Amino acid sequence: MTKNDDWLYEITPKRKLVDLNFKEIWRYRDLLILFVKRDIVTVYKQTILGPLWYFIQPLFTSIIFTLVFNNIASIPTGNVPSFLFNLTGITAWNYFNQCLTGTSNTFTANAGIFGKVYFPRVIMPLKTVISNLFKFGIQLLILIVFYFYFLLRGYEISPNSNLLLFPVYVLMMALLGLGAGMTISALTTKYRDLTVLVGFATTLLMYISAVPYPLSEVSEKMPDWAWLVKYNPLTQIIEGFRYMVLDTGTFTWPGFFYTLGVSVVLFLLGLIIFNRTEKNFIDTV
Amino acid sequence: MSVILKAENISKQYRLGTVGTGSLQHDINRWWHQIRGKEDPYLKVGGVNDRSAKATEDYVWALRDINFEVKRGEVLGIIGKNGAGKSTLLKILSRVTAPTTGSIKTKGRIASLLEVGTGFHGELTGRENIFMNGAVLGMNKVEIKSKLDEIIAFSGCEKYIDTPVKRYSSGMTVRLGFAVAAHLEPEILVVDEVLAVGDAEFQKKAIGKMQDLSTGEGRTVLFVSHNMASVRNLCDRGIVLENGMINYYGDISDSIEYYLKPKETIESSLKTRTDRLGSGKIKVVEVELYNKDNNNISEIISGDELLVKIHIERNREIDFSKLKVGINFVDRNDNFIVSYINDEMGVDFAMLAEQDYFFLRVPNLLLRADKYNIRVFLSEIDTRKENFLDVVENVYSLRILPGDIWKTGKINRAGNSAIIPGKFYF
Repeated sequence: MTKNDDWLYEITPKRKLVDLNFKEIWRYRDLLILFVKRDIVTVYKQTILGPLWYFIQPLFTSIIFTLVFNNIASIPTGNVPSFLFNLTGITAWNYFNQCLTGTSNTFTANAGIFGKVYFPRVIMPLKTVISNLFKFGIQLLILIVFYFYFLLRGYEISPNSNLLLFPVYVLMMALLGLGAGMTISALTTKYRDLTVLVGFATTLLMYISAVPYPLSEVSEKMPDWAWLVKYNPLTQIIEGFRYMVLDTGTFTWPGFFYTLGVSVVLFLLGLIIFNRTEKNFIDTV
Repeated sequence: MSVILKAENISKQYRLGTVGTGSLQHDINRWWHQIRGKEDPYLKVGGVNDRSAKATEDYVWALRDINFEVKRGEVLGIIGKNGAGKSTLLKILSRVTAPTTGSIKTKGRIASLLEVGTGFHGELTGRENIFMNGAVLGMNKVEIKSKLDEIIAFSGCEKYIDTPVKRYSSGMTVRLGFAVAAHLEPEILVVDEVLAVGDAEFQKKAIGKMQDLSTGEGRTVLFVSHNMASVRNLCDRGIVLENGMINYYGDISDSIEYYLKPKETIESSLKTRTDRLGSGKIKVVEVELYNKDNNNISEIISGDELLVKIHIERNREIDFSKLKVGINFVDRNDNFIVSYINDEMGVDFAMLAEQDYFFLRVPNLLLRADKYNIRVFLSEIDTRKENFLDVVENVYSLRILPGDIWKTGKINRAGNSAIIPGKFYF
């Protein structure tokens, strides 16, 4: 027998920068599917309203936003009904937010199962992103329902040709959420400080991501701080999302590619950090 | 046979104490060494993994320089006391955690049975959980589907298979988990004492399945257990771990012997041994063995006459007429093979008031060739209860050599059991 040739794999302490074994992840695809199914099926078991909860959260948030920001603070939303404006922003934001918070505790929440069996750890954040896609789909349905409702009421709203970019926007949100979430989950295995941060940081982040107001508004009223909102990749996504659905706000190709670039870089960064952590996290978690 | 798994210099270091600012300081120091391309400074430190001694260092080596090879189809037993590093080794093998240094190369998929029922979700039904658990353990949907009926039948949960698992009894959950795990088909299977689950009937089924897996199907198995009987039955070769290091590596029966051996070295200092029970009013201080010619011996041939001389020490006065004396011959698996107890034999020990020793004569030692330990207990029979005076395990390790009990010129087989006179007739 010749040595060092036909080994299937090797268990070592050496950590390569990225050693994502796509073949292995593909072999565990059934597990990924089952996890996604489990997430969707079990969340609202033993609740009376069941999946209706998926509708309630964005609806109420939109109503509150409309009352506070548009009625009290009088933020203009152009010729788009404020409620629809908010609902669109929140639907998009929710997907990113759920991807981020869902993946940010991957290691700590799954320490039990990770401590007993091996499977590619990256399956866990992936399944969060995919099962959230399902929730996103449902929330998109409400959006469509209200869209037609307002259309019938005689509002002049129509999507534009950018709608073709819809899958890219979803992908960007997933990559951003995944990248940030994986980074946080890796950083919290040993020192838990960041977990405290995640809860309120996402709320704060929402306010600098142009969710309850159009980007043009902030450039006009606070020109000194507008850069903070403008160069936030999430702003680009929310604005772009509203632009293609409601044809309101601004869209620029440089902005689009900038966001795409940031998403991919953040995702890769998250993946690298995640990979470095997964081998030994069980000793420190 | 080709090597399917090879472990080279596996070591695993753990940090003691809690995670806090102290560990942050070490982490920063380690990172600083790393970016300058230097070796991790904390790899040089670290104590031997002896849990009884108080730690003086911040780091400990749970495993140190472990090397071994497993051939295809071999069943390797990993034995050692609690805390010897068995579980850490299994964790590394099953890729739950990575070694600090060294590497393990493998030519087959490794699946572990460290814990049954991993990934079970209470809200899902038994059937759904079979798929879930199977997938967690590395099976794909097609594989699980083809074995679904078999798994359900093996678990004995047919009736409840479409009920959520949270309604199951704990025994049912464990059985379902084991049923899934037992139907895995990896090239290498890592098993950690899962046999201790379920009721007697299910245990029998589980052990049978384990035996099928390892012998019948020619699977490579790494087996960890404290039960020497099952280790001996299942394994070909063994590793004895002690304080994180391999102390013995070889044939399974030699390994088990080595593992059990440390107890024997104590026999010389029986008088000073402290691992005894009872009040100590009188104590067994020395045990000697003689053959029929009154020669001092340490081994004896099966079927020969044996004299056991037991010396005692009187620390306080007791009423020897109330003394109960028992002597047991204990096999490797801690089963009492033979017991001599004075009260049922109608023997009074009042004589001990005058002398400090007594004898047990066994005219025909009808035990098969193997190693046996002698256990002594002395107690005082009160009207209501029994007060232990001195109970000592393994006062003497007796090796019995093969004999010819039936006088046929054929040597009797070895093994831990008695030979009771009997006869075939027609």
